[in-house]
Amino acid sequence: MTDAVALDRVTLRIGGRNVLKDVSIAIETGEFIGVLGPNGAGKTTLMRAILGLLPPSAGTVRVFGRAPKRGDATIGYLPQVRTVLPDLRIRGLDFIASSLDGERWGVPALKRADRQMIDETLALIDARDLAQRPLSEMSGGERQRLLLAQALIGKPQLLLLDEPLISLDARHQETAIAVVREVARERGMTVLFSAHELNQLLGTLDRVLYLGNGQAVLGTVEDVITAPVLSRLFGTDIHVVRTQGQIFVMSHGRDVEHAAHRHDHGHGHDHHH
Amino acid sequence: MTIITEMFQYEFMNNAFGAAGIVAVVSGIVGFFLVMRSQTFAGHALSHIGFAGATGAGLIGLAPIWGLTGFTLAAGIVMGLLSERISNRDVAIGSVLALALGFGLLFLHYYTAFASQAVALLFGNVLAVDHATIATLAVLAVITLLGLAAIMRPLIFASLQPELAEAKGVPLRFVSTAFLAVVALAVSQCAQIVGVLLVFTLMVGPPAAAQRLTTGLWSGLSLAAALALAEAWLGLTLAFYSDWPVSFCIAMLSAAGYFAALGASAWGARHSHAGVVENAA
Repeated sequence: MTDAVALDRVTLRIGGRNVLKDVSIAIETGEFIGVLGPNGAGKTTLMRAILGLLPPSAGTVRVFGRAPKRGDATIGYLPQVRTVLPDLRIRGLDFIASSLDGERWGVPALKRADRQMIDETLALIDARDLAQRPLSEMSGGERQRLLLAQALIGKPQLLLLDEPLISLDARHQETAIAVVREVARERGMTVLFSAHELNQLLGTLDRVLYLGNGQAVLGTVEDVITAPVLSRLFGTDIHVVRTQGQIFVMSHGRDVEHAAHRHDHGHGHDHHH
Repeated sequence: MTIITEMFQYEFMNNAFGAAGIVAVVSGIVGFFLVMRSQTFAGHALSHIGFAGATGAGLIGLAPIWGLTGFTLAAGIVMGLLSERISNRDVAIGSVLALALGFGLLFLHYYTAFASQAVALLFGNVLAVDHATIATLAVLAVITLLGLAAIMRPLIFASLQPELAEAKGVPLRFVSTAFLAVVALAVSQCAQIVGVLLVFTLMVGPPAAAQRLTTGLWSGLSLAAALALAEAWLGLTLAFYSDWPVSFCIAMLSAAGYFAALGASAWGARHSHAGVVENAA
């Protein structure tokens, strides 16, 4: 079976900085990969490279055996930097519809089949009520669910979800993870799911891709989330604490993931815990 | 009824209704996207640049409308190409806007014979529109709407979700440049009716009101065009019977329409919230 995503000695540079350096990984088709690592470790950059938006400065990226190209219909994407215009009075249905064949020229037309597809996908994540509501009146979490539904439309073979749990409350986080897992199994879809917290994904992910210090480690949770591996990755002493089915990654007595998580609060996301 | 038909006995009123009708529909539709993209200030700047173009054209003996159209179009394309750097930065746009008005004044200074037309340029003079101008406006309107139709789909996608649109292969810079060119054409038509200083009345007021009242794409577009048309024609009628300037009447109706829509949507939101509470209880 071809790998869904294969990186061979890839270096990704942004603004003269090596975000990832000499990284080689192979993600198999149908795998659910949790992408973890501190802010700035390259989670978004990696996804942009897979989408063909950022050519590697060294090495090769392969998506289902082919070079990545912009506009690949087999990839569903939920971007992290979401520009939401402050006064956007457009309803959810038209927001999602804008992405269907949105790259084609001409006047948009919402076909009955498209409408049904949007409706079914919204129902899947318990978000049908969002179709008729304007974006300007949605909470961060509601927008996030709308974007998740959108990423699932069109039956992609590879799903790149960049921090899809941000802004969601605990119940909707669970729903989001469960839906992605279910749809992925049903369709044999490969998923790269980036998150700040490992524990929410523990029962779901097949393997974890941990990014840090320009490097990447891909493997099972048991193999990767260990003190020696992560210490090597971060270049500092890391302790891994396992307790009651939860895993905490600590550096100098601080929880690495929660430190990163808290950092996000400063950016105006409306978290609920 | 005769009181209504009275104004159509004058050819200048018929011309004014024709010209204002064409321009209002174009302005409402193009303005809808301007409001959706939060680029209204860029649209305003384009009209001021058009003022310099119109007076400059007068200086070298060209018809003002071509100077206006040419300058706004060129400025729209340049703003689009510099997109990330300029078109969404208020300070940069404000500087260019002021500079353009300054140049307009300079050109007027050297072409004093044109000075009488300056007020018409700034505040519009729809009652002086002739058949040739209507024909020109109609051609420009068709070009503007065809241009918009050609880029509409990727334009909406890029406006609502730029990151995803980029990933799906939408050429963002090209789309935003083409859109500003479309806006420039619409602005130059709109300025013929309400003047460069008041293009907001038809390009921003009606679409902004429409977006308060409806959240659908096509319903919003239709309503924006209908409101602009209604405000332009009502403004003309009001001006005819009151003897107030047409542009003032349209500006007043535009503002009234917008604030009424704001009020209506605020009332609607309270109303529906109350409904939700009742359902929950």
